[in-house]
Amino acid sequence: MALETLTSEPRESRVAALLRRSERFRLGLLLFPGLFWLLLFFALPLVVVVLYSFATPGPTGRVEWHFTLANYGTLFTESLYVNAYLRSIWAGVLTTLICLLAGYPLALYIVRRPPRWRTVLLFLILIPFWTNFLVRTYAWMIILSNNGIINSIIQALGLPRVALYPSEGAVLIGLIYGNLPFMVLPIFASLDRFDFTLLEAAADLGADQTRAFLRVMLPLTMPGIAAGSVLVFIPTVGQFVVSDLLGGAKVDYLGNLLQRLFTRSNPPNWPLGSAMAIVFMAVLTVAILLYFRITTEQDR
Amino acid sequence: MLDTPTTRKPYVTGMDSRRSAGMLALGAHTILTMVFLYAPIVVLVAFSFTRDSFGVRWTGFTLDWYRRLLADQRLLGAALNTLYVALTSTIVSTIIGTMTALAMERYHFRGRTGFDALLYLPIVIPEIVMALALLAFFAFSFGILELLSGLRLQMGLGTVTIAHIAFTISFVVVVVRASLKGFDMRLEEAAQDLGANEWQTFRHITLPLILPGIIGGALLAFTLSLDDFIITFFTTGPGTSLLPVEVYGQVKRAITPKINAISTLMLLVSITLVFLSQFIQRRR
Repeated sequence: MALETLTSEPRESRVAALLRRSERFRLGLLLFPGLFWLLLFFALPLVVVVLYSFATPGPTGRVEWHFTLANYGTLFTESLYVNAYLRSIWAGVLTTLICLLAGYPLALYIVRRPPRWRTVLLFLILIPFWTNFLVRTYAWMIILSNNGIINSIIQALGLPRVALYPSEGAVLIGLIYGNLPFMVLPIFASLDRFDFTLLEAAADLGADQTRAFLRVMLPLTMPGIAAGSVLVFIPTVGQFVVSDLLGGAKVDYLGNLLQRLFTRSNPPNWPLGSAMAIVFMAVLTVAILLYFRITTEQDR
Repeated sequence: MLDTPTTRKPYVTGMDSRRSAGMLALGAHTILTMVFLYAPIVVLVAFSFTRDSFGVRWTGFTLDWYRRLLADQRLLGAALNTLYVALTSTIVSTIIGTMTALAMERYHFRGRTGFDALLYLPIVIPEIVMALALLAFFAFSFGILELLSGLRLQMGLGTVTIAHIAFTISFVVVVVRASLKGFDMRLEEAAQDLGANEWQTFRHITLPLILPGIIGGALLAFTLSLDDFIITFFTTGPGTSLLPVEVYGQVKRAITPKINAISTLMLLVSITLVFLSQFIQRRR
């Protein structure tokens, strides 16, 4: 018997090794397509952008491969680009803030409703979340247009017509409209996990409503606020559709310049556009890290 | 539920009425916000039926714009292209995404955290950056290819489909992983104890159980692809027209009731897809 276990043991471990190898083979098989696709069609393109950002723009729009830092220099010295960054970040901050102020109470109300109402209300938030951004922006063009609904009401009141769009105000409305669902859903998720009896406990301990909200509910729902803010802030800073449709060609946001440098301007300037995209990503990363630091510090 | 019995804690009554006043204010806020969210959609749909040729005023009912839509070969072609891209990219990204989700949930391997980050990046990166990166990449690699082999490739439906797969994989992975999280691994062990091989186990046990998650991921990918404008705009080529790009081009020129009509149809498709995905999630 002792001999038997001795002889069978190496055979078993060989089987185990074979199994382990087939296990690893299976993992490789499962992993390969996703890894391949994302490396080739996501990571590599970003590397190409970095390469372009150090190349020289040729006179006809063709890229010349001479190393230069001039593209980055242009971004930080020409007011057109500096202003576009500042304007876009400002629009992002404003939109995020307003969406938060409008979205938090909305999410709170939905959470406190009985289940059936909750489902209906949540569904009403989900529909715009799933519908085409372009179409929803276009709807505002109809409403704000010179002969549109709002101007008809203004005229009916005996007041002169107002040019509501294209304007920066119209852009802000479009941005808030397009992004509100992205703020409501994560906040709803974190409020859903929040134990509302904690508010009663805070009240029993003598805290008034404001204090209970600021010291108990707000810190505990901070993850939802942070997630919602990031989901609103990032696409807002990089957008170009809303400002293109509702802002006219008068003011340049970051996204409009990027779009023009890559697809429209005569000639196109990919190296400058690439540098602009890289700086944009750097600014975003810093902003988000700062934001998370602030929100988690409040948590402590 | 909110109204705690007043007899037990009489001192709470004051706060309760204040709290219900608070709920009333919240309710009013919710109604106003819903009006803000839905008024533009209602207006858009209504004005796809107006006789007004500028499409911004109500001057009577007509179905004329929908009739003209059906006669517009260009728009129909664009719609077919969009459908083709959405279907192809959804099938590929659902298969790849499900495989990736299985690998991420079932195995621990070196570089898993790094790959996790790579998977989330396409979701959080500004869409315009991914779009211009893909444009730069296709132009760059096509240039090299032409230099090396003389083969001249063009941007078009192929590049759009590749790009859509690249940005929808991550969404599929997130949805399928969520459905794998609640999965009882003992079911698979039981199947194998009863003599099923790996493939049989997957085919008859694992797949049916995570199928709602896979379908949910596929529906999300399909919607994202159908509605996508930015990445499509950057990765399409001359002569290839897709619906969102076509609509954008026309909208830039003017508001017309015909665009109201095509927008209404696009809304209808999206809303149907939300209903479908919610229905599947309920059944789970």
